[in-house]
Amino acid sequence: MIPAAFEYVAPTSVQEAIALLQQHGDEAKVLAGGHSLLPIMKFRLAQPKLVVDIGRIPGLDGIARSGDTITIGALATHDAVERSGLLREHCPLLPETASVIGDMQVRNRGTIGGSLAHADPAADYPGAVLALDAEIVARGPGGTRTIPARDFFVEMLTTALQPAELITEVRVPVIGKGTGTAYVKHAHPASGYAVVGVAVVLEAGGGTCRRCAIGINGVAGKAYRATAVERALAGRALDEKTVAAAAAHAADGVDVQGDLYASSDFRAHLASVYTKRAVLLAASRAG
Amino acid sequence: MAVTKLFGASIKRREDPRLITGMATYTDDLTLPGMAYAQIVRSPHAHARIVRIDAAAARRHPGVVAVFTGRDLAGALKPIPTAWLIPNADLKTPPHPPLAVDTVRYAGDGVAVVVATDRYAARDAAQLVEVTYEPLPAVVDQITAAGPGAPQIHAEAPGNLAFRWAVQGGDAGAAFAEAQRDGVVVSQRFVNQRLIPNAIETRSVLARYNSGSGELTVWYTTQNPHIARFLMSVVTGIPEQKIRIIAPEVGGGFGSKIPFYPDEAVVAFCARAIGRPVKWTEDRRENYLATIHGRDHITDLELAARTDGTVTGIRGKTWANLGAYLSTAAPGIPTILHGLMLPGCYAIPNLSYEVQGVFTNTAPVDAYRGAGRPEATYLIERMMDLLAARLGMDPAEVRRKNFIPPDRFPYTTAAGLQYDSGNYTPALERALEAAEYRRLRSVQQQGPKDNRYLGIGLSTYVEICGLGPSAVAGAVGFQGGLWESATVRLHPTGKATVFTGTSPHGQGEETTFAQIVAEELGLPIDDIEVVHGDTGSISMGWGTYGSRTTVVGGAAIALAARRVRDKATKIAAHLLEAAESDLVFDRGRFYVRGSPDRAKSIQDVTLQAYLAWNLPAGVEPSLEASAYYDPSNFTFPFGAHVAVVKVDAETGEVELRRYVAVDDCGRVINPMIVDGQVHGGLVQGIAQALWEGAAYSAEGQLLTGSMADYAVPRAHMFPRFVTGRTETPSPHNPLGVKGVGETGTIASTPAIVNAVVDALRPFGITHLDMPLTPERVWTAIRTHARR
Repeated sequence: MIPAAFEYVAPTSVQEAIALLQQHGDEAKVLAGGHSLLPIMKFRLAQPKLVVDIGRIPGLDGIARSGDTITIGALATHDAVERSGLLREHCPLLPETASVIGDMQVRNRGTIGGSLAHADPAADYPGAVLALDAEIVARGPGGTRTIPARDFFVEMLTTALQPAELITEVRVPVIGKGTGTAYVKHAHPASGYAVVGVAVVLEAGGGTCRRCAIGINGVAGKAYRATAVERALAGRALDEKTVAAAAAHAADGVDVQGDLYASSDFRAHLASVYTKRAVLLAASRAG
Repeated sequence: MAVTKLFGASIKRREDPRLITGMATYTDDLTLPGMAYAQIVRSPHAHARIVRIDAAAARRHPGVVAVFTGRDLAGALKPIPTAWLIPNADLKTPPHPPLAVDTVRYAGDGVAVVVATDRYAARDAAQLVEVTYEPLPAVVDQITAAGPGAPQIHAEAPGNLAFRWAVQGGDAGAAFAEAQRDGVVVSQRFVNQRLIPNAIETRSVLARYNSGSGELTVWYTTQNPHIARFLMSVVTGIPEQKIRIIAPEVGGGFGSKIPFYPDEAVVAFCARAIGRPVKWTEDRRENYLATIHGRDHITDLELAARTDGTVTGIRGKTWANLGAYLSTAAPGIPTILHGLMLPGCYAIPNLSYEVQGVFTNTAPVDAYRGAGRPEATYLIERMMDLLAARLGMDPAEVRRKNFIPPDRFPYTTAAGLQYDSGNYTPALERALEAAEYRRLRSVQQQGPKDNRYLGIGLSTYVEICGLGPSAVAGAVGFQGGLWESATVRLHPTGKATVFTGTSPHGQGEETTFAQIVAEELGLPIDDIEVVHGDTGSISMGWGTYGSRTTVVGGAAIALAARRVRDKATKIAAHLLEAAESDLVFDRGRFYVRGSPDRAKSIQDVTLQAYLAWNLPAGVEPSLEASAYYDPSNFTFPFGAHVAVVKVDAETGEVELRRYVAVDDCGRVINPMIVDGQVHGGLVQGIAQALWEGAAYSAEGQLLTGSMADYAVPRAHMFPRFVTGRTETPSPHNPLGVKGVGETGTIASTPAIVNAVVDALRPFGITHLDMPLTPERVWTAIRTHARR
């Protein structure tokens, strides 16, 4: 499948990339790992005149800790996130999430920044960054700003990023003792995308839930926080029955998507089951 | 006699080094001087009248050499023929123009072709061809299409009926009357969903026409170059002797590269018209739209039995969706290769079965791995389980009770086929043992654990392979023979080249055929080259499909090699000054019985055959022989498969825990290659049961139009397969082989469905249609739980 003709440019700095985006406006598209953009270009669903390849900008792929925050460069591949010792120790939710994205080829090329900026509702990272209350750092013509994950996903394939803004990094908190995390998904058998993916960050004590955050992707037009479940779990015992009752609210208040593989009814059901399982798994890890 | 240990050895595939290291040459790898690229403009509508085609903008696009429409081709190319004209079925063969002229009949139907100096320009310009359509109502499912008031797709086929075919044996009416009185009748509607073949290499054609010599050379992804040459000649009018078809490396076919498609004729036309070589390579989206699909049956079936489980009759009707046009072999797949296999491996004396072939506004349907036999096996194997459930019998017991007993072979079925040999119970017992069947049944008795339900599914099958006796092919309307050719040529240095009319494209016969020759002639395997897939070097052949390559092509090679050996024996006897009858041939050496120290090697003899200084009277120089083997019957491999699943009742997810396949394909030349064929077949068959399924919208748009929507199976979705074998040689095949290319696909689909339905028995579920997606399973559980 052959995309429409386009110009290609590979800036070597963020500044240069931003200038190109400013100059070309809607006619330009940002290329990072290429695993979202290239398929839609090959189907000619996107026909940008200019592809701005940010993949050669140095220094955007690091993973580092500073105090209670871990910073992940936008160009860190899913594979790098999955294998990062720092993340595995201090924020295992992201490596667990990265490990089930697509297949090995996708994980070797796809980037965390690219995935978040594309905002596919069935991508795996959105639920995790929501559950982690991550911060997305973006740089644009007006300078650098920090967008809370909660405000980042606007609607399907649309984010809070301004046209000439680039994600430069993602900041996640260090997960402390007493908090367990988990990401479980039902993958589409063809695409590997999440039909339902549930990310949980849960602080437990004495067999009860002190606080939990649940991010869900794959279910609605955008990833969301399952606040009804979070509220229903707060201060409650973490036994299966209680968790199941709370998880029944996993799709409350959202417009559940349906497709050839899973109707909206079934997806809502899966959301509840996978939320229950993710919460119980996170609770079992909250040592 | 075996002179080496090569026959039966797991020799590594000689094809693999070039395939694995990227050194194989596929059609799309070829570039000729001055080559142009074609892009076919395809209809976005499932059914529409073509009002106008304006190609002016496309012609102006930089790099465009020419644009042709259906009208431009109409005088130059004949319609694409159908090559399996089943008799006594009122078969209609409406014309299939290479590019649509007035009407498009499925989304993907070609309407124009753009030829440009590079493939990017061709692709861009194709978008500039403006086609004005007047949409017509479309119909995609076969029962609606065959019903009253459906849109009519071809004037030549009223009611969208392509054919009505039936098979009768015994007295089904009497059997069902008796069963209704004293026995049981089980009935069920089955949907065998449409599948997309998904060869990893999409189709590709490179055509070169030399206007000076009048020769057309076509490199092309075909499973059967000689059939392609014949049909190319029919469609283009270029004489057969002026056409050379070459199948370079072909990256899988699964039946989808048997047909002669409109595209190859169009590309040949373009090459001739513009006086330059033209290449066309399908992209994956196009492959989904315009390469044939498989299966797509809807069947109503009834089984009559006594209360002790003895099956007495089977009857029913199938609506086979053939798509918009009759593809090359399409009429024969749901009839001859399907209906005749309905009784399976059971002694069922009474049969009455009808198949209606129906046109719809969908991609043409033709042979896909197993081709008719998976559909038949699915029906009978599901029915055996339904019967077992109805009678409260163990599914294994119902099968044992109805197997054709070993002492009745050769056995003539109610459908009229004569099964060559078989011994079904040992294969079943071995499979049950490997699966730990009894233990699993007792675990199942203890009930579900964590809401996960254990299910065990059996499938015992027989299939028809080694296509086939040419007289039978003719009797059932196949427009060709099904014998096979082979030439074994020894060179002066004692090396050999083997030419086969089959056209392997992944099955490993470059290795197994060399093993056959090595065994027959005592040559080192590395001294043997196998050549296939070129009408320029191979006199004739019918190609690779229907698990015929080793059975028919391999037999021809063995016969040719034996002729070479006979001639070599004459020369050796002369050189050793002995009588032929006193000669021993052992591991490539001829000697007089009792004097092994004074020997002539096959290499010595070969050199002498070429030098011709001292040949016996009446023996001609050189050492080569050809053989044309026409089998006296088909072969009938069989086996027993066991699937073990766990069904998560909360989500409907099916987990395949264990899979045991015991197959009997007669004598085995290369066990590793046989296992490879079984594994690949299992993956495809299991995928039909669990994941795959092509879907069209009511308007005829393909909804599963990419690998992001259509679930092609991947390695991580499967457990480690357990394979085993029994060996019942074919009594009529010179090598005793039976064929193994399709057994996995044929047996595994019902084994999986039987296992899942077995797991769901506590809910009162007796049947589910494929694919068994979590939602389908969950919905069934929920619906039954509510009752």
